[in-house]
Amino acid sequence: MIFDYETLKLIWWLLVGVLLIGFVITDGFDMGAGILLPFIGKTDEERRVIINTIGPHWEGNQVWFVTAGGAIFAAWPAVYAAAFSGFYVAMMLVLFALFFRPVGFDYRSKIDDPRWRSAWDWGIFIGGAVPALIFGVAFGNLFLGVPFQHDEFLRPTYTGTFWALLNPFSLLAGIVSLSMLIMHGAVWLQLRAENIIAERARIIVQFAAIILIVTFALAGLWIAYDIDGYQIVSMPATDAMPDPLAKIVTPGKGNWLTNYSLYPWMISAPALGFFAAIMTILLAKIRRSGLAFVTSSLAMTGVILTAGFSLFPFVMPSSTQYNSSLTVWDATSSHLTLTVMFWSAAIFIPVILAYTVWTYRAMWGRVTLEHIRKNTHSAY
Amino acid sequence: MVSESVVELSRLQFAMTAMYHFLFVPLTLGLSFLLVIMESVYVITGKQIYKDMTRFWGKLFGINFALGVTTGLTLEFQFGTNWAYYSHYVGDVFGAPLAIEGLMAFFLESTFIGLFFFGWDRLSKQQHLLVTFLTALGSNLSALWILVANAWMQNPVGAEFSYETMRMEMTSFYALFFNPVAQVKFVHTVAAGYVTGAMFVLGISSYYLLKGRDMDFARRSFAVAAGFGLASVLSVIVLGDESGYEIGDVQKTKLAAIEAEWETHEPPAAFTLFGIPNEETQTTDYAVKIPYALGLIATRSTDTEVTGIKDLIVKHEARIRNGIIAYAHLQTLRSGDFTDADKLSFEAVKSDLGYGLLVKRYATNVVDATEEQIKQAARDTIPKVAPLFWSFRIMVACGFLMLFIFAASFYYCAKRIASEKRWLLKVAMWGIPLPWIAAETGWIVAEYGRQPWSIGEVLPTYLSTSSLETGDLWFSLIGLVLFYTVLLVVELFLMFRFVRLGPSSLHTGRYALEQTNDNKVAVTQA
Repeated sequence: MIFDYETLKLIWWLLVGVLLIGFVITDGFDMGAGILLPFIGKTDEERRVIINTIGPHWEGNQVWFVTAGGAIFAAWPAVYAAAFSGFYVAMMLVLFALFFRPVGFDYRSKIDDPRWRSAWDWGIFIGGAVPALIFGVAFGNLFLGVPFQHDEFLRPTYTGTFWALLNPFSLLAGIVSLSMLIMHGAVWLQLRAENIIAERARIIVQFAAIILIVTFALAGLWIAYDIDGYQIVSMPATDAMPDPLAKIVTPGKGNWLTNYSLYPWMISAPALGFFAAIMTILLAKIRRSGLAFVTSSLAMTGVILTAGFSLFPFVMPSSTQYNSSLTVWDATSSHLTLTVMFWSAAIFIPVILAYTVWTYRAMWGRVTLEHIRKNTHSAY
Repeated sequence: MVSESVVELSRLQFAMTAMYHFLFVPLTLGLSFLLVIMESVYVITGKQIYKDMTRFWGKLFGINFALGVTTGLTLEFQFGTNWAYYSHYVGDVFGAPLAIEGLMAFFLESTFIGLFFFGWDRLSKQQHLLVTFLTALGSNLSALWILVANAWMQNPVGAEFSYETMRMEMTSFYALFFNPVAQVKFVHTVAAGYVTGAMFVLGISSYYLLKGRDMDFARRSFAVAAGFGLASVLSVIVLGDESGYEIGDVQKTKLAAIEAEWETHEPPAAFTLFGIPNEETQTTDYAVKIPYALGLIATRSTDTEVTGIKDLIVKHEARIRNGIIAYAHLQTLRSGDFTDADKLSFEAVKSDLGYGLLVKRYATNVVDATEEQIKQAARDTIPKVAPLFWSFRIMVACGFLMLFIFAASFYYCAKRIASEKRWLLKVAMWGIPLPWIAAETGWIVAEYGRQPWSIGEVLPTYLSTSSLETGDLWFSLIGLVLFYTVLLVVELFLMFRFVRLGPSSLHTGRYALEQTNDNKVAVTQA
């Protein structure tokens, strides 16, 4: 094992981040495009253009989400257990919404009937909008702390309700996430569709980016002035066997900003979020959609890193029994499992990136109305 | 403590979602390789008809695949949502193969499936064949890692309990991957998938042959399916996973239940072909037995015993008593106030800790369990016999029926008269459900037979659930049933529609329904 336990715990925090960022950059655009589908596409043919820009890729993209789930199971089993069972109803709603996507994309084109197709269009809309919103709401709740605790045998129990998740701050976080994916989906459509669809998308990119900038800033202010963060007062060594109950945690205002004074370079994350979002607006305006896709990806990266840096080393703080909070140091798997998983990721993520790029290159080019008309039976 | 109804509903939900998912998985596994075979012939011979075959069967593959993905999502997240204590207790071991499945297999399969459908005009012939192959490889590798994870539930090797983290921790990834149960399961399951794919193509081709349309297309599809199917069904039967039942205590118990072996007999044991298992009297009424057969099948020898249920209960009771001691030591260790001697005495009985946990269902404080409670827990270690006994026999019967169908199809194909044997075509068409019945009953044997454990000898199912309310479970269960039912109806509707249209749905102008005007209208609307 070339890495010591402490280093591996840190690496896995980064790798979960990489998977989440991979998820929003890839699956983010097809979810975003799915949300925009009923609005930007006015006719069946326009909608088919939109669907065919994402048709060949959404399936592979969604695996970033599935793999992130699997990786959290393997690397942070305590988080997987506490978060997924705690956010039970929300998780089920995400699943139900995602059900619409595979069938929506694949079955929609199989029958030429306006009601059939329109029903799947709204299904695809739900499949993008609901997860985007709920992921943001979930992140928002991490900042507030989640009402859960562990018993002496480390069984997690959630004591809140589903409705309590929908508090004002978390809903704001939900809008951050929703606007982020809408921006990204619109950039994608500006890049891969043409004429009227690309133009409509271009307007939406700018609106969504502005909403992102405003809500992201508001969330930051809210965290700085009103929300209790958490702080570890004492804990076992960072390379100790993981035991979430062995540390002492206290809440307090401004705690979520501590890392930025300890490590000033971390400010680059929110800075990147704002700067890249502004650049996205400008680039979309001057129709440099390829670059806008890059900056939009960077803006989302900035937002996710900001959340990660602010919470660090917390992953899921508990608001009812502070010491039950899960952190990068005590929610992890064993040294061996983290090592095995590290090598799997180190080998396969580059391979995945390589063949993903190959498939995008093979399908590159704008999807046109003529193409859609010509391929009524083979395209989606 | 979690209520009984939450446990029951969680089990019901898992069984429902897993069995539902498994309606689509075997067809994906098998049909993907059939597509590779058909497309390979196309690339080698350049005959257009093989491209049409790849595209048409690929269309049906896509309809099936969409629901495979949909229902697979639930399974990836359900461990966390519904089996939180399980996830905490074994995530260190069980999570790894699931995550590797994502990285190595699911990415591969899902990235290339898009190109399979959209890449026909964008890729060279060879490139497209490679894409089809990688999709098939991805889905099969996916099965490999899932079955490594599943085999660990049956036979948990390469891991040890740690009292400090209060969970199982991986000690050897090598042992986890090379779990003998995993190897047997993998071969058995993917071969069963190939049989499913072959039966599907064989049966539908028979339908066209019976109707007398698209004869050339159907005959060639029939031939490919007959050959592939015969090879596959032979592998399933010869490499049946019975041989995996002598490894590990849970597997042995499962075997005894499948065979309704109440007593341990002198080796080699007889195989009960038929009978009515009676839980009350612990006997099998009206049993029809084949001498020696069970010993040979299960142990591959004539002198190894197959342990009977009554003896297993006695053995398990002793382990439960040991497990209660282990539990007491664990409590001391968890309190933080212990000596090295306590640690040693815990280590000595730790392998029975799981058996101690079985008592928790009856006694909140395991250490105070009464005689009666211990006896009850010991009886629980044997799953219900009748469902296993019957499921297994239904599975095997389906297997042999399919062997007959494939053998006959292959024989008549070789003599080039298969399309004239109408009885065979009818049997093949009506035989389409057989592989699904076999797969589902096989799944019941494997997983229902694992009860009362979620992880064999380590963690009882009863303790594995999330701390949820009954209302949460009703919400998710009703939601899932509604979604799944509607989606299944839609899927079957599309499947039947495209099967009826046949290769005419490709709009090449070469197939039956495109030859007359009336039909053309029907086809265009699809």
